[in-house]
Formats: sequence, structure tokens, C-alpha cells
Amino acid sequence: MSTPAPPAKDAVALATRGLSKAFGSLAVARDIEINLPVGARYALIGPNGAGKTTLINLMTGMLAPNAGQIFLAGDDITTLGPQERVRRGLARTFQINTLFAGLNALEAVTLAVAERRRIAGKFWRGVGSHSETIEEAYEILRRLRLGDSCYQTTRELPYGRQRLLEIALALATKPKVLLLDEPAAGVPQEESGEVFEAVASLADDLTLLFIEHDMHVVFRFASHIIVLVGGAIFTEGSPAEIAADPGVREVYLGKRKHG
Amino acid sequence: MSANTTTITPRAYLQAQSRWHPLEIAFWLATLLPFVLFPDYLSLASQIAITALFALSLDIILGYAGIVSLGHAAFFGIGAYTAGLISKFGWGDPLSGLVLATAAAGLVGFAVSFIISRFRHFTLIMITLGLGLLAFEAANRAHWLTGGSDGLQGMSIWPVLGIFKFDLYGYTAYAYSLAVLFFVFLGARRLINSPFGLALRGIRENWVRMPAIGADSRAHIRKAFTIAAAIAGLAGAVLAQTTENVSLESISFQRSADVLVMLVLGGAGRLYGGLVGAAIFMVARDQFSGIAPQYWYFWIGVLLVTVVMVLPNGILGGLSHIYARWRRK
Repeated sequence: MSTPAPPAKDAVALATRGLSKAFGSLAVARDIEINLPVGARYALIGPNGAGKTTLINLMTGMLAPNAGQIFLAGDDITTLGPQERVRRGLARTFQINTLFAGLNALEAVTLAVAERRRIAGKFWRGVGSHSETIEEAYEILRRLRLGDSCYQTTRELPYGRQRLLEIALALATKPKVLLLDEPAAGVPQEESGEVFEAVASLADDLTLLFIEHDMHVVFRFASHIIVLVGGAIFTEGSPAEIAADPGVREVYLGKRKHG
Repeated sequence: MSANTTTITPRAYLQAQSRWHPLEIAFWLATLLPFVLFPDYLSLASQIAITALFALSLDIILGYAGIVSLGHAAFFGIGAYTAGLISKFGWGDPLSGLVLATAAAGLVGFAVSFIISRFRHFTLIMITLGLGLLAFEAANRAHWLTGGSDGLQGMSIWPVLGIFKFDLYGYTAYAYSLAVLFFVFLGARRLINSPFGLALRGIRENWVRMPAIGADSRAHIRKAFTIAAAIAGLAGAVLAQTTENVSLESISFQRSADVLVMLVLGGAGRLYGGLVGAAIFMVARDQFSGIAPQYWYFWIGVLLVTVVMVLPNGILGGLSHIYARWRRK
């Protein structure tokens, strides 16, 4: 196998080379090569079981690949643990809410900010005395319109707000690259716009890759679309190219068998 | 509700979390009552304070970080034997004895924490159980050092600060135990309200999310476990010094199980749960064993099952629930 050239340091925020993963005989990622330019708004689409979440798990270090490499801003991060990748600026959200149910939104985001500022190990001063950390946390919540409900325990928050809290927790790590796994999953269609508007309002230099099933949302927010089928990249291109691709249509209508 | 919660600033809100509640002040004032009301029970009061301290140490790892230990008495025992041996071999100063015993238990706790921080749930329960049994048998085997099942004899504790002699009635003992409990409680309270305390609650609430916000949960657990072990050792040392002997029971599985029962009875994860649980447990033991010395544990069993079924968050959890409803009215 030829070794592909590592990605250019300045232009490519996140890249994978030959990324592969199999569970037993089931290949869930096959030789995946992705280049996310700095500031990209990429969508990752594909039918159920295509390996979209697996790919995010591989990129964030929650799964170890069988082969291949992952580069963050040109640095090989393949062997780093999940928290080291987060500290280097690679954050994610979860398709199924993975929140701190018993903490309120303010506490949860304050914790995430405290971790990033490396003060979460300090036990001799009250949380209340770390005012910069608290203000930063509150600012993130306010930007996602969670300011009003920040004292509510997470498990008591309405579902749509919990989805926004997912994003708030990821933003608290000050990511350079943010991977969103169906950020509006389970949110009623009329409210999913709110989640994506929150996403779209994020800083321009933040590199985004999101998984989404709703094609209206994908075409509205993505600048580039990657289609994943059976653990491999089926095709990629601009929204217009993907919309015009007959192969993609077939995949989604299930006319073609992929094994 | 919305009027006063939405107007408060985030910082003021978080500061208010650590403010002293009048009930807390009342609680600590009440701990002084035995001096006046029950002067005949000061030894029991001292035992309660020591047990409460032990339960507080378990609360830090179990109640806050969600780390179940069935072998916490190992550290209590290490502290007790260290304090006992120091005094037996000629250094009877209580305060420096406490420092050394705390350090010894903390050091062993630190070493063990590297194992603890790698496991969760059932595996962890079995590991802590195993380590606890190991510590017990080690103390039992080292008869030449610990006195084994005969207990460690020949301790002689000097007066506290060279002034307060440990008397027969337990005045000094209770004052000493209570003072240690109070100062450690202040520290624990601060820890719980710190960013580190928040991180421990984060580990308890969602172990999977922690790495995704860049947290090194294992490092947090190592630190919390070391602190908990040190405090458990401190509690053991106070018991050794105030009773001037160390029995094998102080490092037994029974003690590990009892402290867990107390914490669950009182309510884990609320700092006072272990204290209240210890008081109820010790008074119940004192009273029940007066009625039926052989079967007093039967009643503890009844109490435990009832509390767990009716009040899943322990007695304090139930009380705070009632208090919250009452305030809302």
C-alpha cells in the first residue's frame, strides 16, 4: 500500500489517511481519506449503518482504528487518547444525549471550561471564586440561548435545550474542529432549524463536520457533502453535485445492494 | 421560582451553593450537646464522631465520584495501626501521630489509586473487596507487629498539646474527635464546592462524557481516592489514640460494610449523610445491643432495607425533599 502524503499544515484542519476499522469480519470503516479545510462546513451523510458515527468515534479516539492515520492541523494524533485530542482542539457532540444529568447547565459548562483551563483539579477554592471561568461558561450558554435555563438541572431541561447543551459542552473546550453527530436528532423538524442556526452562528474559523439525515438541512448548511456507504466513501462533492448524482439517489432509495 | 432564579448572576448563584445554611450551623452546635446533656455517653459520642469522619471519607469517593469501595477499612486500619505503633514505640504525641498516620494511609491510598482509577462498577467492587481482605489478613499474620487477633497493646498517648489528658469519662476524647471531624469537614466542604468537586460529580454523572470535554478522569479519581484514604487513616488514628488500643476489627470487612451502610442510610453525596448515618447507626447499635446483644444486626438490616426502599437518597435525601416541597408552598 502506498503511503499518501500527509496533509498540508495550514490549510487542512483535520485529515484521515487509510482509516480502517473492522468488528470481526464486519468492516465498518474502509480506507477512509478525508480532508477538512480550515473553516469547512462539511456534511457527512449516508444510510443507516454506513459507519458515520463510527468514523467520528475513530477520529475522536473513542475507537482505535485497525489501520490508518488521523491528522489534526498536520500533526499525527492517531495514538492520542480522547482527552488529549480534545485538549488539542478536536471536539464532538453525541447523537444520543451524553450529558451530566444531575448537574445544571451552568455547572456542566463551567466544568468543561474549567477542564480546558486546567483548573478542574483545584480543590482549595470554591467554584464561585473562579469568575472568569464562570463568565466564559455563561457566555457560551447565552450564545446558544440557554442563558435563561442555565440553573435548571439537565435532566429537567426540554429535549431541544439538551441538544443545545450538547453543543455548548463541546464549545467550552474551544475546539478548532467540531464534529457534530446529528445535532438535531430527535428534535421536531420545526425546532431543528434553531439548533442548526446555533451551529451556523459559530465562528467562521471553526471547522465543522456534521452528520445529518434531513437533506433540506444538509443542503442549507453544508458547503461540501461526503457520502458514506458500507464504511467507505461513496462519493463527495458540492451540494449541487451530490443532488445531481444518480448514484446517491439510488443509495438512499435502496435500489442498490452494498455489502 | 423564575423571579429569583433568573435574576441572580451565574457567579452569585455558584457562590450561594457554598454558603452556610442555618441548619448546618444548628447541626454543629448540636454536636456540642453531649458535653451537657449526655456526659455519661461521651465515649459513644467520640466513637460516633470518628465513624462519621470515616463515613465522610467514603462519601468523597462514593457519594461524589461514584466509586464504590468495599475495602475502605483497609485505610482506616492502616491509620489506626500507624498511630498505635508510633505511640507503642515511644512517641505518644497525638497530633504528630495523626499527621504520620494520615500520611501513611494517604501514601498507600495513592499507590492503590493507580489500580482503582482503571476500573469501574462490579470489577471495582471486587477489587476493593479483595484489597480489603488482603489488608486484614496481612494485619492478622503480622502478629509480632500488630498483635493480630489479640489487638495492639501497650499504647501510651500523651496529653493533647501537652495539656489535655485523655480522661476516663471521654471529655478529651470527644472534644479531640469532634475537633478533627470539624476541621476535616471544613476541608471536605471546600473540596466539594471547588472545581475539583464539580469534576468528581461530572465523573459520577457521566463517565463517557468526561474525556469528550478534555477531562482526565483517572487523574481526578487518583486524587480523590488518595484524599479519601488519607482521611480514613486519620479517622483510624483518632480511634487508636482515644481508645489506646487497635483491634483487628478496625481493619475488617465488617467495618468496610458498616461504613457503607451508614452512608447509604444517611444519604450519599450530600456531605452530612455520612455524619447523620454514623450517628443513627452507632446509637442504634448501642440501643439494640442492649435489648438483644446477639441479634442487634437484625434491626440494622430492617432499617437499611426500609430506608433504601422508601428513601432512595437516604434519610437526608428524604428530609431535603420534604424541605424543598415545604419551601415551595
